[in-house]
Amino acid sequence: MSTASTSSSAATLADPLAALPGRKTDLVPLLVIVAFGLAAMPLIGSSSTWITLTVAALAIGMMLFIMASGLTLVFGLMDVMNLGHAAFVAIGAYAATSIVAPINPWLTSESTVQNIAAVVVIALVAMLVTAAVGWVFERLFIRPAQGNHLKQILITIGAMIILDQLVLVLWGANQMLLPLPASLRGSLLFGDVAIERYRLIAIGVGALVFAGLVLMLQRSRIGLMIRAGVENREMVEALGHHVRRLFVAVFVAGAGLAGLGGTMWGFYREQFTVSIGAEVLVQILIVVIIGGLGSITGCFAAAILIALSTNYVSFLAPDFALVSNILVMVVILLWRPRGLYPLAAQ
Amino acid sequence: MKTKKPSLFTQILSGDFPRSRLLTLLLLGVLVYLAGAPFLFSGARSLNVAATICVFLVLAASYDLLLGYCGIVSFAHAMFYGIGAYGVAIALYKLGPSWSALAIGAGAAIALSAVLALLIALVSLRVKAIFYSMTTLAVASAFSALVLRLTSITGGDDGRNFRLPEVLTPGFRLFEAELWGTAINGKVLSYYLVFACSLLLFLLMLRVVNSRFGRVLEAIRENEFRAEAIGYRTLLYRLTANCLSAVLACCAGVLMAVWLRYVGPQTTVSFTVMLNILLMCVIGGLGTMYGAVLGVVIFVIAENYIQVGLQSLSHSLASVARLAKLFHPDRWLLWFGTIFVLSVYFFPSGIVGKLRELRIRFGL
Amino acid sequence: MSEHNKAPLLRLAGVHTHIGEYHILQGVNFEVPRTGVTALLGRNGAGKTTTLRTIMGLWQASNGTVTFDAADITRTKTPDIARSGIAYVPEDMGIFGGLTVQENLRLATLDGKFDEPRLEWIFGFFPALKRFWLRPGGTLSGGQKQMVAIARAIIEPRKLLLIDEPTKGLAPAIVQNLADAFVELKAKNTTILLVEQNFNFVRSIADHVVVMDDGRVVHSGAMAALIEDEDLQARLLGLHPVARA
Repeated sequence: MSTASTSSSAATLADPLAALPGRKTDLVPLLVIVAFGLAAMPLIGSSSTWITLTVAALAIGMMLFIMASGLTLVFGLMDVMNLGHAAFVAIGAYAATSIVAPINPWLTSESTVQNIAAVVVIALVAMLVTAAVGWVFERLFIRPAQGNHLKQILITIGAMIILDQLVLVLWGANQMLLPLPASLRGSLLFGDVAIERYRLIAIGVGALVFAGLVLMLQRSRIGLMIRAGVENREMVEALGHHVRRLFVAVFVAGAGLAGLGGTMWGFYREQFTVSIGAEVLVQILIVVIIGGLGSITGCFAAAILIALSTNYVSFLAPDFALVSNILVMVVILLWRPRGLYPLAAQ
Repeated sequence: MKTKKPSLFTQILSGDFPRSRLLTLLLLGVLVYLAGAPFLFSGARSLNVAATICVFLVLAASYDLLLGYCGIVSFAHAMFYGIGAYGVAIALYKLGPSWSALAIGAGAAIALSAVLALLIALVSLRVKAIFYSMTTLAVASAFSALVLRLTSITGGDDGRNFRLPEVLTPGFRLFEAELWGTAINGKVLSYYLVFACSLLLFLLMLRVVNSRFGRVLEAIRENEFRAEAIGYRTLLYRLTANCLSAVLACCAGVLMAVWLRYVGPQTTVSFTVMLNILLMCVIGGLGTMYGAVLGVVIFVIAENYIQVGLQSLSHSLASVARLAKLFHPDRWLLWFGTIFVLSVYFFPSGIVGKLRELRIRFGL
Repeated sequence: MSEHNKAPLLRLAGVHTHIGEYHILQGVNFEVPRTGVTALLGRNGAGKTTTLRTIMGLWQASNGTVTFDAADITRTKTPDIARSGIAYVPEDMGIFGGLTVQENLRLATLDGKFDEPRLEWIFGFFPALKRFWLRPGGTLSGGQKQMVAIARAIIEPRKLLLIDEPTKGLAPAIVQNLADAFVELKAKNTTILLVEQNFNFVRSIADHVVVMDDGRVVHSGAMAALIEDEDLQARLLGLHPVARA
C-alpha cells in the first residue's frame, strides 16, 4: 500500500528527466531511497508500524520539500543563502491562525466541502501574507548584502531572529492552535493499518506542488529563464533578460511556498510556538544541500530521504534523530558531492 | 641591515599594537580592572562580571580567529564552549572533586573538540563556504539536542552542579589575614586562575595571528585562489585554524565551569550564546583581536542594563499596549538582533576600526 | 551617404576598468565602424576579453565612456544593453547545458517566439543545428556549441555582435563554416567586433583591425594595410612572415 505511494512519487521524479531525449533518466537515487525504506522494515519489526511511520514520513517529507523548494531555487539562481528562510515558515503558520476566526463557521461546519474550502482559503491567505513579508525581507536584508557571502550569512541569521521576535510581539508568546476541521481528522483503515487522513492530503498536496513546479520549470518562459539563470546568470542577462527582477519574483514565491509549508505543518502539529520555524531550519538546509543546489527534483528526493531517516530513527533511537540527519548528509555527500540530482555540469 | 631586537613589550604583544591612543587607554583600563577585580569592588556579583569578561574574552577572540582572520562563519563555537564546560562538569561530578578529575575532564574535552573540529572542517570546508556554516549549524543543533536528552550524563535542562578541589572552594583560605580588605579565599584563587589563563590564552592568540600562519590566513581570506596559486595548501591552514579555535573555545568552557561550579545548556550550548559571541565580535571589530576585548566588555555591561532599561521603557509606554509589547524585556532579542544587523551593515570594521580611524584622522 | 551612416557604431573613449585591485583597461580608445568586421587582436592578457565584457556591462568601467549608436551605455545594465542591439558570444560560449538547443535559442528571443524565416536562414549557415535541435546543450561538442552560441546571437536582429575567440579549439572544417557565416552576416549589414588570436582566420574576413597591449590600444586601422605591412605584423603580433613558395 505504502510502497505504491512511494513509487507514485518515484514516477513523478522520473518524468521531467525523461522528457528530454538523449538524456538517461537517473533512477539510482530513487532506488536508494526505496531500498532505504525497505531496509528499515526488519529493524522496525512490525510491518504495520513501518507503514504508519513511512506514510507519516512521506507527509512530513512533502512539507519539508514545499518549505525547502523556495530556498533551493533562490540559492541556485542568485547564490544567496537565506538562513532566515525558516522565519517564513513560522509566519505562514502564525498567519494561518489569524484567519481561523473569520472563517470559523466553515471550519467547524459539518460539510466536508466547506471544511476543505476553509483550509484552502487559510492556506492561500497565509501564503500571500508570507509572500508579502518575503518581498520586504528581500529589499531590507538580501539586496544590501548581495555578493558578500559572509555578510549574507550574518545578516540573514540576524533577520531570522528579528522576524521571530516580531512574530512574538504581534501574536504573543503563547502556544498557538491550528485545529484541523472534523472531516479532515481521523484515519482511514487499510486492513489493520490506520493511516491518518491529513497525512494523505499532505502527500497529495506535496505531489501537486512538485508537479506544478516541474511543469512551470520545464514548460514556461519563466521556468526557462530560471533554469538557465541557475546555470549561468550572466549569460541570461547578456541575452536581454532582467535576472534581478526574476530573482525577486522567485524569492517572493519561495517565501510564499515556505508559508504554505508552515501552514500545513501547523495543521499537522495543531499546536506550536514560534520555534516551529527554527526547528526545521537545519533540516531544510540539509535537504537543499544534499538535493543539489537549485534542483527541484533533488530537493524532492532529499526531503523524502531526510524525513524517512528522521522518522525511523526517532522510532528506534529518539535521542539521535538530529545526528542521523547529519550522518545521512555526510554519506550522501561522500557518494555524490554535488547532490542527489545536481543540475547539469557547467 | 641590522634589525633591533624587539623589546619585551613588543614580544609579549607579538607586535600587534592597538594603534590608537584611545584604544590603548581603554585596553589598559580593562586590564587594570580585571587584574584587580577582587580588590576593586566588593560583592560576589562584580567578581562574577569580571570572571565572565575573562572567559568571554577567550571565547570571542578565538571566534575572531575564524570569522575575522579566516573569513568563515561557524555556528559551532558555542558547542565547543559547551564541550569544555560539560567535560569538566561531568568529570568532577562523576569522579569527585580532585585535580586529576579536572585534568581528565579538560583533557578529554580538548581532545574531543579538536577531533570534532577537524571532522567538520574536513567534510565541509572543501566545498562552498555556506556548506561549512550549515554543517556547523547542523552539528551544533544535534549536539544541543543530545545534551538535553542524555539527562543521566548531563543533567538535561537543569544542568550539573559539582564541587571543585579544595583549594578553589570559597571555604579555603590561603592565609588568615585580609589583603586590602578582601579575604584571599578559594573564590579569589579561582578568579586569578581564570584571569591568568585567559590572559595567557589571549596573548597566545595574539602571537598566532601575528605569525606567518596568521598572515597566510589573512591572505587566504582575501583571495583564496591567489593563495593556492602561490603554493599555500589553503585547506591545511583552515583546518588548523578550525582546530585551534575549537580547542580555545573549549578552554574557555573549562574556565567557565571552574568559575561557576555549575554547567547548564542555556548558558553554554544554546543558540543565544552563539549569537552573543557573534555580536561581541562584530561590534568590537572583526579581524582585530582587540575588538573581541571591547566587544566583550560592552556586551557584558549592556547585558546587565538592557533588561532594566527595557523594563522601564516598557513601563512608561504601558498606555500604548502595542508599543509596550515591542519594548518588553522578554523581547530583548529583538533589539539584540537589530543591533547585530545594523552593526554588520554600518560598522563592518567595528569599534576598533572606528577608533583607529579616529587616530588617523584626528591623531587620537 | 548621410552623416549618420558614417558615424561609428561603437566608440570607446578613455575607458578604464578595474577588477578588484587590478587595473586591467588603462584608457582604451577605439571606434568600430558601422558594418563590416572589426578584429580586436593582441596577445593573452592584453585586455581584449575585458573590453568586450565592459562594453556589455558585465564589468563596470571605472572611467571613460562607451557610446553605442550615439547613446551612452557606460552605466547601462547588461539586459538593457542587450536589448539595445548588442549580442555577446563569450569565450566559453555560455551554452546552457541543461537546456536543449531549441531552448537555448528560444531564450535568446525577446518574446519567446521564433521567427520562422529567420530560423531557416540560420539553418542555412549551420544545417547541423537541425540534427541536434532537441539535444541538451551539455552533450554537444565544442564546434556544435559554437554554432549554437552564434545562432543565439543572431536569432534576433542585432546591430552589433561581440564575439570572443570563436575558433579556439575548433576543427578547420568548422572554422571555415564560421568564416562563411561571418561573411554572410557582414553582407546583411551586421557589424561584428571579433576578438581572435588566429590571425590567419581574421585576415580573410576582417575589414578593420584594433590591436591592444597591456590594457591600451596600440594600433587601429584598415586590415588591408596591416596585411601588406609584414613588419607591422611582426611588431604588433609577434608574427613572422610565412615563407612564400
